[in-house]
Amino acid sequence: MQQLIDRRLNGKNKSAVNRERFLRRYRAQVKDAVQRAIKGRSIKDIESGEKISIPTKDVTEPTFGHGRGGIWETVHPGNEEYVPGDQFDRPQGGGGSGKGQASNEGEGEDDFVFEISKEEFLNYFFEDLELPNLVKTYLSSSQEFKSVRAGFTVDGTPANLHVIRSLRGAIGRRIALAGSKIERLKFLEAERDRLRKDHADHGEELKLIEAEIHALRSRILAIPYLDPIDLRYVSRVRQPKPTNQAVMLCVMDVSGSMDEAKKEMAKRFFILLYLFLTRAYDKIEVVFIRHHTQAAEVDEEEFFHSRESGGTVVSSALKLTQEVIERRYPTTEWNIYVAQASDGDNWDSDSPVCREWVEEKIMPLVQYFAYVEITDGPEQNLWKEYAKVKAVHRYFAMQKITKPADIYPVFRELFKKQYKFAE
Amino acid sequence: MRDEDRPAAGATAEPKPREKLPCPSDWTFELIERYHQEIARVARNFRLDTYPNQLEIITAEQMIDAYASVGMPVNYHHWSFGKHFLSTEKSYRRGQMGLAYEIVINANPCIAYLMEENTMAMQALVIAHAAYGHNSFFKGNYLFRTWTDASSIIDYLLYARRYISECEERHGVDMVEDLLDSCHALMHYGVDRYKRPQKLSLAQEETRRRERETYLQSQVNELWRTLPQRAEAPSEREAERFPSEPQENLLYFFEKNAPLLAPWQREIVRIVRKIAQYFYPQRQTQVMNEGWACFWHYTILNQLYDEGLLADEFILEFLQSHTNVIYQPPATARWYRGINPYALGFAMYRDLRRICESPTDEDREWFPDIAGRDWQATLDFAMRNFKDESFIAQFLSPKLIRDFRLFAVLDDDHNDKLVVTAIHDDAGYRDLREHLAAQYNLGTREPNIQVWDVNVHGDRSLTLRHSEHERRPLNDDTTLVLRHIANLWRFNVRLETVSPKGKVVHTYEQPYDKREHRR
Repeated sequence: MQQLIDRRLNGKNKSAVNRERFLRRYRAQVKDAVQRAIKGRSIKDIESGEKISIPTKDVTEPTFGHGRGGIWETVHPGNEEYVPGDQFDRPQGGGGSGKGQASNEGEGEDDFVFEISKEEFLNYFFEDLELPNLVKTYLSSSQEFKSVRAGFTVDGTPANLHVIRSLRGAIGRRIALAGSKIERLKFLEAERDRLRKDHADHGEELKLIEAEIHALRSRILAIPYLDPIDLRYVSRVRQPKPTNQAVMLCVMDVSGSMDEAKKEMAKRFFILLYLFLTRAYDKIEVVFIRHHTQAAEVDEEEFFHSRESGGTVVSSALKLTQEVIERRYPTTEWNIYVAQASDGDNWDSDSPVCREWVEEKIMPLVQYFAYVEITDGPEQNLWKEYAKVKAVHRYFAMQKITKPADIYPVFRELFKKQYKFAE
Repeated sequence: MRDEDRPAAGATAEPKPREKLPCPSDWTFELIERYHQEIARVARNFRLDTYPNQLEIITAEQMIDAYASVGMPVNYHHWSFGKHFLSTEKSYRRGQMGLAYEIVINANPCIAYLMEENTMAMQALVIAHAAYGHNSFFKGNYLFRTWTDASSIIDYLLYARRYISECEERHGVDMVEDLLDSCHALMHYGVDRYKRPQKLSLAQEETRRRERETYLQSQVNELWRTLPQRAEAPSEREAERFPSEPQENLLYFFEKNAPLLAPWQREIVRIVRKIAQYFYPQRQTQVMNEGWACFWHYTILNQLYDEGLLADEFILEFLQSHTNVIYQPPATARWYRGINPYALGFAMYRDLRRICESPTDEDREWFPDIAGRDWQATLDFAMRNFKDESFIAQFLSPKLIRDFRLFAVLDDDHNDKLVVTAIHDDAGYRDLREHLAAQYNLGTREPNIQVWDVNVHGDRSLTLRHSEHERRPLNDDTTLVLRHIANLWRFNVRLETVSPKGKVVHTYEQPYDKREHRR
């Protein structure tokens, strides 16, 4: 007895559970690695897997074994010149003659390195942002499709069977196949009746006609009422949802009081908005505007990593934002999102200016304005002024944050709105 | 019976010229069947006795999966399998490593995996190697016959997986994982080296388990009775050790005697122990098993070639992979990693055949029993009745020692220099053979650690004894493993290293930390 079995179609993810167990066990390390990766990555580069490395000593499974030392007399192949009694120095690095643990030079990997997928990476990223599950799936899912009817096909699942079409086809087929026969049958029947009424003896003729009538009837009866070739199924195709383009303007205070930790937090805030936008739009541009007493448009590297000192005039950045929008991103073609991060410091008399600017100049142009204040301290005048904006504009969101979990509420309104579109 | 079906052609009879089997690089199911028929015919003529074969075509991804679960088609879940999966996957993706061409499972029917990516020639090689070579070894070798039950292993693994996931549901993944970690650390110490196990069917296993659980618990309770009888003088009692004999099977000892394990925990210890036992013969017969499979794929395919069935391009491709597999780099090479079991095993069986077919005077002197005998019977005998250690001690010939240019090096940490003690000359043959055989003796390769004593009336601490061999110390993992032992025993654990003279030369202490284990 022998058999040859094709197992290729069986599931290939047998190890998925074990893999997940491994990630679960080394959760802390994987998470650390993801945090580090977020620091190093560009905002736009957030959606790919990541290489994780864990020190090998943390993942070994210990067993009893011999260490180096004691007496080992081992046999090796390939003697070239030795004769009994020859002595030589112990080889460096490896055990030399210790249980075949020959020297390990060359590829000494100290870390256990493996890769996690994009989905897993995002999961770790989302972890302490405390996103609602619905939002997580929304952000992790790939492009959205909707299924559209596209005529009829000859194969499909029974659930998609189109009854009317199928029966219509069956009628046509039956007519096509039986039409000529029915005509002939009618003719023969008429002929038979005529001959019966005739007084002359038509015995032979009648027999022939009866036989043909019988044959025709059975052929007509043999035509199936419904044949597999009649079946029609509704065809549906998946069409990507129409999307368009958006621009995201990141505004950040880089004055002396914004330290690395605060910028880190701000980066997460920007990433989250970026992720959200990638779900909704095909093409996204990101503009980075930083400011202290003056504002400037910079690239991402400079945005997050260079430090400035000095005072803070927020309105300078807002003015630049408005300029950039008006010059390059006409509202008819672009969906505009502004994300602003600051530690709340502002030059006192500048805050009312900011409010006015946002309320009158920027809000009419943009889809959403999100402001985070990364601070432990008490509210300052900029916060108070912005609070007035919030009272008027629904799509203006603001939040004081001290830990990553505080970021999500800023976007709550945004996601709420998007679900309505998505559903 | 098999031989009656067909006159003994193949090996000896003059082959009729026949049409060559096609050898495209892409295989098809029909072709695999045809090759398989021919290979089976030749194997039959060579009197190879095998389990029925089940060849399964799988993809590379499935091969990685199979790797990760130590080749078994089903297994329970554990992070360590995930770790293997990740590292295999990574090196495969990076191209650092090709996958093995084959995995074969000691089961009845014998399951051999053929990877989709293999060429036709490779598939034929794998069939001859795994489905006839390894398969007949599994069926014939005394260790496998004694310790493994090919017909029930898959059932047992199914049972194990179901039981362990039930435990995970009832007691939480962490608890189970914790326990499995500890058991895995002792897996090599969970085998009976001499006692013979019973064979049980799945159904029996189930009913026996329930009885066992209740019974075991009652036994344990007896041992740890909280109201000790004070009738005898304590000093007298102390003289009696528990266990009365040292125990080599640590997992078995914990399963039966660990004071605080719950019945389900004992059952898991048992499962790990059973699986360790199943793999134990494989660890003892690496050289023999691989050598046997290589010998047969080489012999069978050459026979087919001699019959005119194989195309030249087939045999060239086959020889190329064959030579790669049995290559032995010399000790001076940078990529030398010890003796290649495939090379040594293959060479030994080839050499045995040579001794039978065309013995020299030297062979007659060294192997009077087999020189000039029927080679098939001799090889069959050698395959059935030995393990690596005894196989080498019995059959390593002076000619092979010369061919491999073997030499022995003595590394004594009391000396600054290494000393060459024997080389491939008349004076060295016996020494080399003895040392090489000892190198494959699991008993000396792994430290000898046994349960020595339990302080039954005091703090319940456990004492293990490591009998020192050639002054070799234990490795750096020792403390970690002891922590696992404490996790199973739930009281303090001590490990004493005892010199051959019976003196305790080193002691490890591992206090049991309750908080650490209450995750």
